[in-house]
Amino acid sequence: MPAPASETRQNRFDRVIAADQRIEPDDWMPEDYRKNLIRQIAQHAHSEIIGMQPEGNWLTRAPSLRRKSILLAKVQDEAGHGLYLYGAAETLGITRHELLDLLHTGRQKYANIFNYPTPTWADMGAIGWLVDGAAITNQIPLCRCSFGPYARAMVRICKEESFHQRQGFEIMVTLCNGTVEQKAMAQEALNRWWWPTLMMFGPPDTESAHSQKSMQWKIKRFTNDELRQKFVDATVPQADLIGLTVPDPELAWNDERGHYDFGEPDWDELRRVVAGDGPCNAERMATRKGAHDDGAWVREAAVAHAEKVAARTAEIAA
Amino acid sequence: MSDNWNLWEVFVRPRRGLDHVHAGSVHAPDAEIALQHARDLFTRRGEGVSLWVVRSADIVASDPGDAGELFDPADGKDYRYPTHYELPDEVANM
Repeated sequence: MPAPASETRQNRFDRVIAADQRIEPDDWMPEDYRKNLIRQIAQHAHSEIIGMQPEGNWLTRAPSLRRKSILLAKVQDEAGHGLYLYGAAETLGITRHELLDLLHTGRQKYANIFNYPTPTWADMGAIGWLVDGAAITNQIPLCRCSFGPYARAMVRICKEESFHQRQGFEIMVTLCNGTVEQKAMAQEALNRWWWPTLMMFGPPDTESAHSQKSMQWKIKRFTNDELRQKFVDATVPQADLIGLTVPDPELAWNDERGHYDFGEPDWDELRRVVAGDGPCNAERMATRKGAHDDGAWVREAAVAHAEKVAARTAEIAA
Repeated sequence: MSDNWNLWEVFVRPRRGLDHVHAGSVHAPDAEIALQHARDLFTRRGEGVSLWVVRSADIVASDPGDAGELFDPADGKDYRYPTHYELPDEVANM
């Protein structure tokens, strides 16, 4: 008996995944794979554009022209990264309009980390060093993700991202070499951002809703806990180097494992923040929706202009 | 809905003498704004010296399902490559 058509398509999909090749938008893919990818890429895109806000907060108050130019370039990059990712999501058959609507109505999420405030300049250092550091840890394996447009967007993003972490660490180094007050400011920023950053990798593997399937489909290559460990191992020596203390009494090098042991993040806090009850959730969403609504006239004017030019061209041709 | 701008595919020429290469896509109501968006999005670090934008809807693509019949006939034709041919040792360069 010949295999049904659907089985053939499934087999082909499985073969491409097993051979570590890429699935492209026109290829047949299981509906779950498509849905899972749309959810993940959209959440990633939303995080990039919401992520402009905590740093945007310091653009006008950066301490020097150099720092201001750097921060401006970084925030502009985040906008670009959002656009690359929306483009990748759209190849799966969802529109930009639908994606923004899902964000604005709270039906799709963005990263928990952007719901925390940035009260001091040192937060710009901590965000670049820790938050972008964590993002890079997450994103490097995504460059080999099984969906072609997502993987290619991640290659571009990772290339641009590498200065983001360095500029943040440089801010921390500068503060740590400064006055006692400046060093204290750096330490306080590390205290604020350490635990929320560890939560960026998502819930522990035992509770992660999407992890297993994503691993099977080679969308994800490492589990949440593996990536979290990688980040801790890379970051703790950097803190030591500049004389800052990671705010975790349980943190200790484990010779046997060849890794740092560290404490458990407050998962209730993560649940609360993801559910909408973080310190800045309401403000971030209000700013996002406000920007969208305030920009409506620009989008409408651009369409009106395009229509006018098209009509005039047609008139001349006639 | 005015938010639903057209999708445009962007091609960037990295340097004079190289091909334009597909970089990604942008949304725009017309070609002029598509070019401006492409410039803002894909050439922030000197990635290009020239841009093409093409309405995504105008691209005609081959069906991935036809890949076999389209491209398999090129398999097994070693004689299309110079390494297929044996030359006398005396011929140093050819």
